[in-house]
Amino acid sequence: MKRLLAYRLAVIAGAIALLEIFCLTGVIDKITMQPPHLIARDLYRLLASGKMNGAIWKTLTNTLLALVLAIGVGVVAAALLHRLRALRDTLDPLFATYYAVPVFAFYPFFIVVFGLGDLPQILIAFMLGVVAMIVNTLNGLDRVPPVLLKTGRIMRLTPIDTALRLTLPAAGPYILTGVKLAVAYAFIGIIGSEFILSRGGIGYEINFAYNNFDNATMYPLIVLILLASIAINTVLTRWEKTLLARRGAR
Amino acid sequence: MSERRRHGGRNALLLVAVLFALWQAMYWAVGDTALSSPLATLRYTAQLVTGEDFRMHLFDTMRAFAIAFVLSVVIGLLVGFWLGFDRLSGDALEPMIVTVYAIPKLTLYPILLLAFGLGLSAKVAFGVLHGTIPIILFTLGAVRNTRPILLKTGHVLKLSRPQMVRWILFPAAIPEIFTGLRVGFSLTLIGSLLAEMFASQRGLGYLLMNGIGLHNIELVMSVTLLIVVFAAAVSTLLLQIDRKLHRRG
Repeated sequence: MKRLLAYRLAVIAGAIALLEIFCLTGVIDKITMQPPHLIARDLYRLLASGKMNGAIWKTLTNTLLALVLAIGVGVVAAALLHRLRALRDTLDPLFATYYAVPVFAFYPFFIVVFGLGDLPQILIAFMLGVVAMIVNTLNGLDRVPPVLLKTGRIMRLTPIDTALRLTLPAAGPYILTGVKLAVAYAFIGIIGSEFILSRGGIGYEINFAYNNFDNATMYPLIVLILLASIAINTVLTRWEKTLLARRGAR
Repeated sequence: MSERRRHGGRNALLLVAVLFALWQAMYWAVGDTALSSPLATLRYTAQLVTGEDFRMHLFDTMRAFAIAFVLSVVIGLLVGFWLGFDRLSGDALEPMIVTVYAIPKLTLYPILLLAFGLGLSAKVAFGVLHGTIPIILFTLGAVRNTRPILLKTGHVLKLSRPQMVRWILFPAAIPEIFTGLRVGFSLTLIGSLLAEMFASQRGLGYLLMNGIGLHNIELVMSVTLLIVVFAAAVSTLLLQIDRKLHRRG
């Protein structure tokens, strides 16, 4: 375990050191990228100054809203589809090809219908995330051991008890896989639509900084999003592992 | 078997019919300003496809996509096999790669633009960025989960490492690798299209953004329709092959 950790740290440190050297020696020129230590400094300054707080807050709340919607609707839809075999078979080709479709193409349509506010962005992020939730939840429900359900029937559990005590815990790790994907998709949806057309948010600020060659703002913001998504992803992966371990121990 | 296939075909047709009906209903609900009707879109698409300009955009997209996909497959297979063999590297790097898989890579596009400039190389880079990771992960998993008895047989026959890959690991891993290629295909396509949408002067993605900018709804919907039909057709085909491979194995 220690060796793995050392290996990983070495890879990360090596990558950062390489970037640092390339930037300082001019292999990567200044207009393209700043050396990592300057990015870290700029990120600190940006956060300390507080001028991006509005944008960060807006993007994070929108992402969270879209995520909650996607998870809620996705799990409920999957539970229904799991019962309705015919409907599921019909929708199967849709799920299989869904992620090859550029959902952003629907963004202008949403803007026309709902106006240039937060709603179109949330809808795009929701549309991206919900199918990952449905597919993974269905996968989890398929793998609930039948013996658990039989036990539940013997114990005369109500449908709600069956769902809360048997189905959900058994399908939990798979649902978490869906949640991890949905987090990434929610970020992509919100930030991508902020890139295209919006009145604020981190994506908007990144695009604005890019157009003004303002690397001192652009790189820190990009790093901030990457760090946020990696942090969330790591926490969820840990949780997923404990769930799987508990299942294995039983 | 043929019964199942007929079932699948009927389902797909039903789905397409329902989607068209929904589209028409939405069109009636919101009107011309936001949506063009299915019929109008089909008519516009027919006109668009025969146009001279369109062929250039299509060619550009397809070229970027093809290069990106070939690169994704080569890099993905090489790294995947390496990590599958080298236990330490595989254990150390796999979680990191999974994390990178879940990063919103769209945020990296300004960096890629600065590094590669507007044009083909940025599109290819973006496609590769999206497409390689699933191929790596599926290949790695497949190589690792090769049945031990096959490996033992290889050892008994005193196969060299390249022979081992050629005659044992590769054939055994093909179904899983194909799943990786299928996922990689979709992601490479979406990656190169996204790059075109945000940073390019040619290609279908550019056409789409242009339509959005000019508020040319018929153009937006026609291009979307074309991309959807292409993506759906190819991934359905790949899914069929995928299922067949897995059933055999």
